[in-house]
Amino acid sequence: MTAPPPPAELEPQETLSAEMAALRDAYEHTGVEETQPRLDYPPYRSSRLRHPTKDLHHADPEGVELWAPCFGERDIDPLEADLTIQDGGEPIGERTVVTGRVVDGEGRPVRRQLVEIWQANAGGRYIHKRDQHPAPLDPHFTGVGRCLTDDDGGYRFTTIKPGPYPWRNHRNAWRPAHIHFSLFGSEFTQRIVTQMYFPGDPLFGLDPIYQSILDPKARERLVAAYDHDVTQHEWATGYRWDIVLTGPHRTPAEQEDA
Amino acid sequence: MTRSATPGQTVGPFFHYALPYPGDRELVPPGTAGAVLLHGTVRDGDGAAIPDALLEIWQADPDGRVLQRAGSLRRDGFTFTGFGRAATDASGRYSFSTLVPGAVEGGLPFFAVTVFARGLLNRLFTRAYLPLADGAEPDALLRSAGDRAGTLLCVADDHGFRFDVHLQGDGETVFLSYPGHRGD
Ligand SMILES: [Fe+2]
Repeated sequence: MTAPPPPAELEPQETLSAEMAALRDAYEHTGVEETQPRLDYPPYRSSRLRHPTKDLHHADPEGVELWAPCFGERDIDPLEADLTIQDGGEPIGERTVVTGRVVDGEGRPVRRQLVEIWQANAGGRYIHKRDQHPAPLDPHFTGVGRCLTDDDGGYRFTTIKPGPYPWRNHRNAWRPAHIHFSLFGSEFTQRIVTQMYFPGDPLFGLDPIYQSILDPKARERLVAAYDHDVTQHEWATGYRWDIVLTGPHRTPAEQEDA
Repeated sequence: MTRSATPGQTVGPFFHYALPYPGDRELVPPGTAGAVLLHGTVRDGDGAAIPDALLEIWQADPDGRVLQRAGSLRRDGFTFTGFGRAATDASGRYSFSTLVPGAVEGGLPFFAVTVFARGLLNRLFTRAYLPLADGAEPDALLRSAGDRAGTLLCVADDHGFRFDVHLQGDGETVFLSYPGHRGD
């Protein structure tokens, strides 16, 4: 199979890189720290008509917003945390353990809460029907996992290291390898969906989704650390990635009531 | 010492085989006594329907109780958990089969809503308030939203309630920021 010719109408990486550099420069001159992605970040082309143009409206959480949905043992099979044992065969690629803790803004563990992940296979292909990347599907890998955090907020998945993959944002656009994470806290306001990256990826500087977080220290919070203590002898490499949620808003006394 | 929160990222285009699950949008089975439909369309700044968005709702039960019950991922058909998830279809529509939320601690009744979509770099929060009952006064949030408050209100219809979401443009939905969300 040969590489498909790039469609002529897509913009080159240089155009996108120049836009991203200009936004970085402008940001550095503001002196205001932005630790979440900009919703209005034009280099991510599909955000153009999908970001609010009005400022987010301040709200003090009340009622249900001070609580989060509750998940339990009945919701999840413990085997869902191992993405390498699905569909009756061994997937191809680098077997990897990804583990860490989910804590709130005060450093308290988020206990017994749902963590969901999804990712491409080792070749950079999602099982999703919309993924047209001409890389092979792996019949033994779906790339979907779920688990509950333990009493220390800890989560742990065994998976295959995902490959980078191309997308149509611009010509020769490639996403750095990543795992999508979906997290709940102990309050509704802590809900977050994000992506975990692997250290040293050469695509970081070229990727509008990663670069939409303008503060460099904040961006780096999405990058897992290689951890040789997580790596398993003759079995799997290991990465550690901790997640900090916002808040909380409930007082400790209210937390006790839960 | 408050720690800096992990940044969000877009849910991307490939969440459909991971986040949706059987029964995700049926907080109660359709046809259950008291079941209503909460439904609507998600639109972009051109008014075009968004076929790759995902909504979550979190709500009190009809008596205004906030529940802490497991079972949202494996619905048993009779345990109401208050949580639901629905991806939009090819025409940008979503729907939930649920119960009417009651008022919690004297507040106005509302569905707490989270919106995710390809092209949306971070999740958005909003509230879908029930239509104001006769004589009910708007609360602090509705008052502060001024002439945009209507975007936070469900519209009653034959099936239950309609709540459309406009990410941008005419009738842009009021989206919420809670304390601590911007590193403040
Ligand atoms: Fe992805």
